[in-house]
Amino acid sequence: MINRKSLELWVGLFVAAGILALAMLAFKVGNLTTADVVDGYQVKANFDNVGGLKVKAAVTVAGVRVGRVTGIAFDSNKYQAIVTMDIDGQYKNIPVDSTANILTSGLLGDQYIGVEPGGEETYLKDGDTILRTQSALVLEKLVGQVIFNKASETEPPK
Amino acid sequence: MNTLRILGGIVIDSVERLGRASMFLYEVITGSWTLLRRFYLVVQQVYAVGVLTLLIILVSGLFVGMVLGLQGYNTLVKFGSANSLGLLVALSLVRELGPVVTALLFAGRAGSALTAEIGLMKATEQLAGMEMMAVNPVTRVIAPRFLGGVIAMPLLAALFSAIGVLGGHLIGVGLLGVDAGAFWSQMQNGVDFQDDILNGVIKSVVFGVVVSGIAVFEGYDAVPTSEGVASATNRTVVYSSLAVLGLDFILTALTLGEV
Repeated sequence: MINRKSLELWVGLFVAAGILALAMLAFKVGNLTTADVVDGYQVKANFDNVGGLKVKAAVTVAGVRVGRVTGIAFDSNKYQAIVTMDIDGQYKNIPVDSTANILTSGLLGDQYIGVEPGGEETYLKDGDTILRTQSALVLEKLVGQVIFNKASETEPPK
Repeated sequence: MNTLRILGGIVIDSVERLGRASMFLYEVITGSWTLLRRFYLVVQQVYAVGVLTLLIILVSGLFVGMVLGLQGYNTLVKFGSANSLGLLVALSLVRELGPVVTALLFAGRAGSALTAEIGLMKATEQLAGMEMMAVNPVTRVIAPRFLGGVIAMPLLAALFSAIGVLGGHLIGVGLLGVDAGAFWSQMQNGVDFQDDILNGVIKSVVFGVVVSGIAVFEGYDAVPTSEGVASATNRTVVYSSLAVLGLDFILTALTLGEV
C-alpha cells in the first residue's frame, strides 16, 4: 500500500490537473471571457426579414463586437421581425440615425448585426428603436434576380 | 405455458434486481454524508479510481484528438473550410467524445476493478466480518468507492477533452498547416461555455454516478464464488457501457432540445 503522504500528493495533483483542464476548456476553448454584456442597454430594430439570424448573435460596429442579440420576435401588425439587442454599457454614443444591417461572416458563416453609425449628435438610449435597417440577404432571391435580369437582357421586350 | 412462466420469472427477477439496486444506491448516497468526517477514505479511492486511470485516459485522449484532427481536416478541406478544424475538434470532444469515451474506459479500467474488489471481499466474507464487528460495510467500503468514482469521472473527462484539443492542435497546426490563430479563434467563437462545456460536465457527472453505481452494486450483489465474481465483473462492463451509450443519447436529445 502506498503511504499516506505520496497518496495525498498524487490525488492533489490529479484534482488540480482536472480543474486546470476544466479551466482551460472554459477560457481557452470556450468563450467565457467575453460571455456577457456588462450593464448594457437594450435597443430594438425592425427588420423585414432576419434570414438566419439567431439569438446570441453578435452586434458589431466597425467589425468590433459591442453587444448581443437577446431576442427575436414577430410583430403580427407590421409583419416584421423585432430584434432586441443588448449593447455593452461602455459604448454609449451610437447615433440614433445609425443603420442596422444583417450581415454574414464569410460565405457559410453565422449571421450577425452590423451597425453603421450615422451622423446625429443624439445617441441611442435604453429602449430606443433603430429605424434604419437593412434585411438579411436571402441567397435564393438574389439568384432569382440575377436570372431574371439575364433573361430580360438576352430577350429584349417586343 | 412453460415459456410464459419462464418469461414471467425473468421479468420478476429483473424488476427485483432493479429495486434492490435502487435501494442499495439510496443507502450508499445517504451513507455518503458520514464520510465527510473520514474523508481520507474517499481520497484513497480517488487515487485508486482516478489517478491510476489517468494514463489510459491521457493516452487515448491524445490519440482521439489527433485522429479527429486528421479526419476532420480531410473532410473540411474539401469544403475549403479547414480553418474550422479547431471548432470541429473542440465541439466533438467537449460535447460527446470526452464524456462518453472516458466513461467507457472508466468502466473498463476502474469499474471492473471496483466490482472485482468488492465481490472478492464478499466471497472471502470480509463484508460479513465487518457486519459482525458492527461496522456498516456500505458506509465503510461501498460509499467511499462510489464517491471516489463520482469525483474522479468529471475530472478525467475534462482532462480527456483538454488533451484531445491539444492533440488536434498538434496534428492540425503542426502537421497539416492550419493557421494557429484561426484554429483557436474559430474554436473560441463556436464553443459556448454554457451550452457546450457545462453540458459536457453534466454528462460526465451523470456517467460517473451511473458507472460507479453499477460497479459497486454488481460487486455487492455478486454471487460469492469465484465464478460469480467473474460474471459480476463482466456484467459491470457490459451494463455500464450500455447505460452510458443509452443515457448519452437521452442527455444529448434533452440538451439540444430538438426532440
